[in-house]
Amino acid sequence: MAAQSGPLGRMLDSDLWWSFKRSPVTVVSAVVALICILGAVLAPLLAPHDPFDLATLNLGDAFKPPAWSQDGDMAFPLGTDDQGRDVLSAIMYGARISLLVGVCAVVFSTIVGVAVGLVAGYVGGAVDGLLMRIADIQLTFPSILIALLVDGVVRAAVPREVHDRIALFVVIFAIGISAWPQFARTVRGSTLVERNKEYVLAARVIGISQIRIMLTHVLPNVLGPVLVIATLNLGFAILAEATLSFLGVGVPPTEPSLGTLIRIGNDFLFSGEWWITIFPGVALIAMVLSVNLLGDWLRDALNPRLR
Amino acid sequence: MAPILEVRNLRVEFPTRRGTLVALDDVSFDIAPGEVLGVVGESGAGKSMTGAAIIGLLEPPGRIASGQVLLAGKRIDNLGYEQMRRIRGREIGAIFQDPLTTLNPLYTVGRQLVETIQTHLGLNDAEARRRAIGWLEMVGIPAASQRVDSYPHEFSGGMRQRVVIALALCAEPKLIVADEPTTALDVSIQAQVIALLKGLARDKGTAMMLVTHDMGVIAETADRVAVMYAGRIAEIGPVREVVKHPKHPYSVGLMASIPPLDRRVEHLAQIDGAMPRLSAIPPGCAFNPRCPEVFGRCRVERPDLLDAGATRAACWLYDPASEKRAPEAMRHG
Amino acid sequence: MFAFIISRILQAIPVMAAVALISFAMFAYVGDPVSIMLGQDFTEAQRQALVASLGLDQPFFVQFAKFVANAAQGEFGLSYRLSRPVAELIAERAPATLELAFCAAVIAMCVGVPMGVYTGLYRNSWLSRFFLTFSLVGVSLPTFLIGILLILVFSVWLGWLPSFGRGDVVQLGWWSTGFLTVSGLKALILPSITLGLFQLTLIMRLVRAEMLEVLRTDYIKFARARGLPNRAVHFGHALKNTLVPVITIAGLQLGGIIAFAIVTETVFQWPGMGLLFIQSVGAADIPVMAAYLMLIALVFVVINLVVDLLYYLVDPRLRVDRAAAKGA
Repeated sequence: MAAQSGPLGRMLDSDLWWSFKRSPVTVVSAVVALICILGAVLAPLLAPHDPFDLATLNLGDAFKPPAWSQDGDMAFPLGTDDQGRDVLSAIMYGARISLLVGVCAVVFSTIVGVAVGLVAGYVGGAVDGLLMRIADIQLTFPSILIALLVDGVVRAAVPREVHDRIALFVVIFAIGISAWPQFARTVRGSTLVERNKEYVLAARVIGISQIRIMLTHVLPNVLGPVLVIATLNLGFAILAEATLSFLGVGVPPTEPSLGTLIRIGNDFLFSGEWWITIFPGVALIAMVLSVNLLGDWLRDALNPRLR
Repeated sequence: MAPILEVRNLRVEFPTRRGTLVALDDVSFDIAPGEVLGVVGESGAGKSMTGAAIIGLLEPPGRIASGQVLLAGKRIDNLGYEQMRRIRGREIGAIFQDPLTTLNPLYTVGRQLVETIQTHLGLNDAEARRRAIGWLEMVGIPAASQRVDSYPHEFSGGMRQRVVIALALCAEPKLIVADEPTTALDVSIQAQVIALLKGLARDKGTAMMLVTHDMGVIAETADRVAVMYAGRIAEIGPVREVVKHPKHPYSVGLMASIPPLDRRVEHLAQIDGAMPRLSAIPPGCAFNPRCPEVFGRCRVERPDLLDAGATRAACWLYDPASEKRAPEAMRHG
Repeated sequence: MFAFIISRILQAIPVMAAVALISFAMFAYVGDPVSIMLGQDFTEAQRQALVASLGLDQPFFVQFAKFVANAAQGEFGLSYRLSRPVAELIAERAPATLELAFCAAVIAMCVGVPMGVYTGLYRNSWLSRFFLTFSLVGVSLPTFLIGILLILVFSVWLGWLPSFGRGDVVQLGWWSTGFLTVSGLKALILPSITLGLFQLTLIMRLVRAEMLEVLRTDYIKFARARGLPNRAVHFGHALKNTLVPVITIAGLQLGGIIAFAIVTETVFQWPGMGLLFIQSVGAADIPVMAAYLMLIALVFVVINLVVDLLYYLVDPRLRVDRAAAKGA
């Protein structure tokens, strides 16, 4: 019974599956998300062309419109860009980068946030006060601004050629560090509740070390809300990466993400080659929207009161 | 005298994804003008639900599935929202359990009173305010002409409940539905508030349905009492009869669990087990799994209210047609 | 009231101090301002002189104190990239950003709040469902993509509205405004919709959630039980209680508008502070970044203060005179 009443127990309860099946929007977004993820992960296997293989690029193929329009070419279903690259392939490879950065950033902020939250909630006192104060100050500022600043500082601090090499990690770090306070707050709240429960007191009485109590007893009980925040944050992280890349301070141009593709395509908007920017945009929206819808559903399903 | 409120075979259902829950089943009772009907029972027995159904404020998806509610002889359970709104406050006043949450924190008590008075009585601002102050005086708020401009948080819990009473009575309804009006208050204040409520109801000739789980309050205030169990009325009758000579085995258990004042007891009686959830009401009499006097028929057939001396009880013990086999436990007197 | 304002200002000081420290740390330790400013050819004496003139040879706390003192007077030194005083650059561009942010905020509030109230009150109507779907799309659409789509439709395809710049501006003292010319107003439309849309959807969802929460409360049930008309229950009682939390979040969202102005200004080449900032990030122009950070922090602190004051006006519980509360 104890396991059933915990967040993990609730998650595995058939209610979750039931509410999933009953919501067509959720099912559709799960399918779309799955397509996006598969398309991105399996890009090297599925993409019709390799957009990074210079040998296959032919400037003669440049600016081909999508296949269904008059001048379209069936070889390039969504048209080509200024270099003659297949837009569809570029999107699949770009989604790979976007997803990679998004997932890594969320994992990073989850680890930092959960660790800080556990420590703050479990240790309490001055440590708690300090950590939460930092989180409060950071929460005052929009996270995109934090990410931009971190990126700018790193750019100023390291030489250019080093920066290009580590740019991907910088973006992951910048986005990840901008989102940790949310996790920390939630985990701290749940930890405070769990800390005073009898099983934790009992574990302490029989002399189990603090760290082990936190990891084996407190942590599993705060994972439910963390999962919800992480899902909702994945959409945000993908958007943040796209925004940074669109602004030209994100991933390096050698590894274009969806945001980079949109920025490059933006230059051709006025000359009528809308497909170069719109299709990556649509892919981005599909990915983020489906992830957000899944996150919304998960939150509602785990908190029936909110409906 | 014709009853002010008649409830006829009221049935309230909650459609849920796991099937329809019957929250109230075949509930019938009357309240005469000026009469106080106490409604008692465990939490979840349907006491508050009955009140909500009468004032037409059942929480969706709850709905009245069948039966009728008549106010002064006219049906009100089938009225539209707007017609029913005119009745609420004007004809039927309501008092809720927790005075800390029933008042809007952002408006002065005066504003909330004036708004209610003007909605129903259409008075001008000055006259409405004069009445508001008058009502505050009547419910025993000291320095009412100043306190009228105070916000709810500036009053203590007991004082707030007095304000709530003023709000419920200020359009002079003929019936008050009071849902656990003293449960959230300090014990020392409960008696004052009950005395106030009873006094005002008597002075104004207002009938009252007093929902509570406090038998002491009932014994002191009510003229008649209805004991509810699992969405049905188990027993209904004059308050002295039900308290002193309960007929339904559930009432018997309920009364035995009140600590007597006149003698010491080692152990208070208790009823074993718990009230069934609405989704798991047993066939036959809902009380049969806990009943000390259960016999065959109780497990199969659901009893209606039957004459049982001075009260009416929903129990097969009082059906002359019941073939009482050897009782499975001692009969109470 | 006065004590309340003072206490809020005191609470803001650590925030500003922390931000100042970060700005200063960026300023003093990130990159090497001396070599950046000197360029390629310089003598040791020149270097020494610059180090001394920048005060870089002094102890940390002296440098920090000087930095704060200068910052308080709006003095942030020269931009590495443009070699002009940072304060001048920012003052030049502030009106553009503030006018844009103002329009976006007005759109977000004036459309978002009514939509939130509507979807909260009539949550099963088809229009509510439409609004909710729309809001989810709004939250999931990146700001820059909204801008690009608007440009594609209204500038490229329909040719109705300009796609970049502020149009003609009128100079009022040091303030340049786009409100007084037709082309200035036309130029504002697409960027302010782009900037406001995200906040609009957020505010709508927030108001809706709060509305649903408030409608469940006892005092709303009691207001219904008193027979008050729906209009009074919804707009008199429910909406006013909704405002308390909405003010907080909406205030913070206004700050978000300033931040997201960076993106919008990039899309529309809007000559504001955000565009300046993003160009500075790209060029590692630390003085501009530090100044912008301090300015944004100040904006946030001021917004928070205003939010607290509004709170104070809306919610009488904060005005509580504790002696009076005990009386009854």
